Amino acid sequence: MAQPLERQQAKPHLAEEWVGKVYTLLCIAFLILTIFSLVYFVASKGLSTFFVNGVNVIDLLTGLKWAPEGEPRLFGALPFIFGSFSTSLLAAAIAAPLGFCASVFMVEIAPKFGRQYLQPVIELLAGIPSVVYGFVGLSVIVPFFRDVFPGQGVGIAAGAVVLSIMILPTITTIATDALAALPKGLKEGSYALGATRWQTIYRIVLPTTLPALMTGIVLGIARAFGEALAVQMVIGNAPHIPRSLFESASTLTSAITLSMGNTAMGTVANNALWSLALILMLMTFVFVFIVRWLERRSKI
Amino acid sequence: MPAFYNMNCQEKNKELEGELYEMKKTVMMLMVLALTVVLAACGQNNNSGGASPSPESSAPESSAPASESPAAELSGSLLATGSSALLPLVEQASKKFMDIHKGVSIQVQAGGSGTGLTQVSEGQSDIGNSDVFAEEKLDAAKAAELVDHQVAVVGMAAVVNPNVSVDSLTKQQLVDIFTGKVTNWKDLGGEDQKIQIINRPSSSGTRATFETYALGQKSEDLQGSIQEDSSGTVRKLVGETPGAIGYLALSYLDESIKVLKYDGVEATVENVANGTYPVWAYEHMYTKGEPSELAKAFLDFMLTDEIQNNDVVELGYIPANKMEIKRDVNGTITK
Repeated sequence: MAQPLERQQAKPHLAEEWVGKVYTLLCIAFLILTIFSLVYFVASKGLSTFFVNGVNVIDLLTGLKWAPEGEPRLFGALPFIFGSFSTSLLAAAIAAPLGFCASVFMVEIAPKFGRQYLQPVIELLAGIPSVVYGFVGLSVIVPFFRDVFPGQGVGIAAGAVVLSIMILPTITTIATDALAALPKGLKEGSYALGATRWQTIYRIVLPTTLPALMTGIVLGIARAFGEALAVQMVIGNAPHIPRSLFESASTLTSAITLSMGNTAMGTVANNALWSLALILMLMTFVFVFIVRWLERRSKI
Repeated sequence: MPAFYNMNCQEKNKELEGELYEMKKTVMMLMVLALTVVLAACGQNNNSGGASPSPESSAPESSAPASESPAAELSGSLLATGSSALLPLVEQASKKFMDIHKGVSIQVQAGGSGTGLTQVSEGQSDIGNSDVFAEEKLDAAKAAELVDHQVAVVGMAAVVNPNVSVDSLTKQQLVDIFTGKVTNWKDLGGEDQKIQIINRPSSSGTRATFETYALGQKSEDLQGSIQEDSSGTVRKLVGETPGAIGYLALSYLDESIKVLKYDGVEATVENVANGTYPVWAYEHMYTKGEPSELAKAFLDFMLTDEIQNNDVVELGYIPANKMEIKRDVNGTITK
């Protein structure tokens, strides 16, 4: 009696097992294939600037003048590299204290109100399309900077402010999770020894969660580094290292988006843009490695 | 129960393994089949997008009567990619064309002149839209394979912030501004106000046109100059930034900016058409080799009065047939 019943049940379950296995396997194979072909494609295009068109790598990384369609052709990408690093680091410098304080408030000071109302609002920032950020930046921040500070309004400062709002959710969410995951005993021990709430936050909570907070910052920088559209709209895009924070500058991403559609595939001007993309990709790998390293350290 | 289950397990497994193997095979077969279909579809797309004879040539017997009543016979699909400046016109015209010829599907994609020229040259699209002559972007051998179809003309004008009091600039004055020799409006008869250049990226077709026909030389990417690719952003920045100068296609001009005369000549459609205002460019639609029947029908349609006198004018371009002069790739002008 029992046997046929078992058999009936086992069949569909084993089938499910196999279907699931094959399906997930295909998915992962597809993902790996995509990643590898992407890396291969960008690398082959980006490297052909050096091997096919004979541009010197050192010239590209340290040159100050960018004129891929000029006479003579010049491929100095240092202004873009400088622009990318300065905007994303400055953005992190603005967003990190804000994010930390917000998460301390949400976890330690007003957990109920914070987690119920504040966190969804901050997470909402992550869902706003970057073109909206760019347009708000161009319509509000750029005119404001133009009126208040000497200069044109566009530039690294405007780009950094726009980016800092964009990366705020990343930093805040990771910091909030880290603070919430802190073992209760640590804080209670500190209170038991007579420490005040601020002493506990400064001396116990922040130092113990520091690696996780750093992870949040690095992820934020990585996000800022790769953001193209919003930055391109407010930074001015002159291929020069600016003399002030309020002077037109350029990033790797803005240089690529500005010219990619206008250059013909296979020309040296187009390949040079792929080289910029390769630099971007390598930087992303570096950021991922830093995050991995921090995560290993953050295990308490 | 567990013991009972285990006892029968191996036996059952053997049976099931056979079935499972079958099933796995079926799943794999399905996957392979799906993949093949997808690949085949891609391949077909490429073919129809290629320079090789397009779908309609597969029905040669219908081509003879087609000349008598083309509306009934045309079918197939076309892909046009490239210039975003030309996109609105081609898109609007393609909709009208598809209304007349129900069997035809035309896709229009933006992506920039460089992309359009590359794709038509490599056979990925049937028509490549471009603001510039193919010779300026592609190497000579590839450009020679492409056939030019000039469907409209676009005029360009230097524009300044409304608070700038200067009305007209000469060619030399513009060169001085865009190469950084003059940096203050007071040197050009205006107030004491720093000149803020709003340029285009060096790869831009609009910039190439402005440099060739307004400046007569390349301009510099000056320190502190702003570069934007989108005409809307350029207009916004020129309108808002004190002392700003930039250049725009005539279709983008409005009250938020002030249009400058070039060497005393006003930037109007009439002046472009009769050749007194020199800063203009053709809008090109390139095909690789002679166009296929369908592409030719569409390109001819672009040049009909219905499109040229309505859509072209409405969208701010200048009709190609209105031009009293012609210009070739080297800038030589003929009446």
